[in-house]
Amino acid sequence: MIYADNAATTKMSEAAVRTMVSMLEEGWGNASSLYSHGQRAKEILEKAREDIAAVIGAEPREIYFTSGGSEADNQALRSAAAFGRRKGKMHIISTAFEHHAVLHTLKALEKEGFAVTLLDVHENGLVVPAEVEAAIREDTCLVSVMYANNEIGTIQPIREIAAICKEKGVLFHTDAVQALGHIPVNAEDGFDLLSASAHKFHGPKGVGFLYARKGVPLTNLIEGGAQERGKRAGTENVPAVAAMAAALQETAGHMAENAAHMTAMRDRLIEGLKQIPHSALNGDAEKRLPGNVNFCFEGIEGESLLLLLDDKGICASSGSACTSGSLDPSHVLLAIGRVHDVAHGSLRLSIGEDITEAQIDEIIAAVKDVVTYLRGFSPIWRDLVAGKKEFIL
Amino acid sequence: MALYSEKVMDHFRNPRNVGVIEDANGIGEVGNAKCGDIMKMYLKIENGIVEDVKFETFGCGSAIASSSMATELIKGKPVKEVRQLTNKAVAEALDGLPDYKMHCSVLAEEAIKAALEDYQSRTGISIDE
Ligand SMILES: Cc1ncc(COP(=O)(O)O)c(C=O)c1O
Ligand SMILES: [Zn+2]
Repeated sequence: MIYADNAATTKMSEAAVRTMVSMLEEGWGNASSLYSHGQRAKEILEKAREDIAAVIGAEPREIYFTSGGSEADNQALRSAAAFGRRKGKMHIISTAFEHHAVLHTLKALEKEGFAVTLLDVHENGLVVPAEVEAAIREDTCLVSVMYANNEIGTIQPIREIAAICKEKGVLFHTDAVQALGHIPVNAEDGFDLLSASAHKFHGPKGVGFLYARKGVPLTNLIEGGAQERGKRAGTENVPAVAAMAAALQETAGHMAENAAHMTAMRDRLIEGLKQIPHSALNGDAEKRLPGNVNFCFEGIEGESLLLLLDDKGICASSGSACTSGSLDPSHVLLAIGRVHDVAHGSLRLSIGEDITEAQIDEIIAAVKDVVTYLRGFSPIWRDLVAGKKEFIL
Repeated sequence: MALYSEKVMDHFRNPRNVGVIEDANGIGEVGNAKCGDIMKMYLKIENGIVEDVKFETFGCGSAIASSSMATELIKGKPVKEVRQLTNKAVAEALDGLPDYKMHCSVLAEEAIKAALEDYQSRTGISIDE
């Protein structure tokens, strides 16, 4: 099997598994208990907080553990919104291609009276900092722009946007779920709030964290005990948190070499898939995650492509409507201007650190085969070839 | 749990009656690229019998499997029987489809109906008898 869906989730690293198992065996005490067994759990928890903070250049007290990226996104937005409301600032700026954890929270906030501006991400899938600046109003309380997009992998100009927000006195949140562990992410970038999720960097699922710069007031999503400095109630999942820290330390420790290898493999894959006629890469070719490849193939539909790739032992994903269970294809592909016909024929391959050149070549051959086969009985393809319809790609 | 039944996967992997009938006397195309599934059915009807049927489909696994199964269900059958084909029958013959995929089997039924209507308007032979 070739696993090329690392943007969906990653396999836990050996270090993470080892840490998790040993913590399940030893660190199972309640970190709030005062006896030494509980305090041992507390130590492990705080050590993990320190380790994670060190990787992103933050202070340990700026890290709040959550159940994952979705919760961190929800809490970041809700906190900034509540802060804004107290000051009479009820305008939020974000982008059209954020993860649903952000977009759906914004929808909910709109119903609660907030005004939301979603910035264009253009054909290359990149936010333009000057457009962020132009969108900021007197009553803007928050700008939220993801660090890197989960479907097309484009890396946003986070430092520039952070500098603008700082100058204008507006809070800046970034969803770094796809970026952390894969490209350098540091508090020096200037964000005030950041969301992360362990299972995207070889940690366990169901755990993540919210970074909140000192002084940024947080609002609770979950009320209860005084865990996480009173900002997130619930007995801590110490083994998962420790495993997240172990996973992050390991990926961050090998980031440069991993990125160099993956970028070379990614570009080989892109070159190979480009040979397929009437296809196109989605998102900027350079400002993109080392592991992300996303293509549209005209005349075919994504789910059947995925099923046939699965038969050939390749795991990938697609932004077609029929894979999402809705009638619309991916909002990300629509946001970069892909029309429906083409967006249905999308394929995302998110490769891992251990991918080999032989596997890349195997993927290219398999995709070529399957695309050719499916085009062979596609009525759209027939019309395109017959000149009854115009090619878009 | 697999996404689809074995029957669906079989018809998806080895679709029956794929292609075009050059001298078809009834052609129906339904769906649109916006929703993600398009089906085209070619019928060759002689003496009230569907002598041959072929299809082309742009769509998901269940769209391809539904097209394939539908062609098997109508091949060699009299027009008045073919007219009665429902998407439920197609889905049942496939050992079921996930709820959110039922609309793909509706397209198979609609493509056949559209092809029958095309046959009627081309030949002037009523499909209602
Ligand atoms: C960009 C982005 N944000 C948020 C999430 C949600 O993270 P989690 O699955 O940990 O809730 C994901 C994962 O799918 C993601 O890719
Ligand atoms: Zn479908």
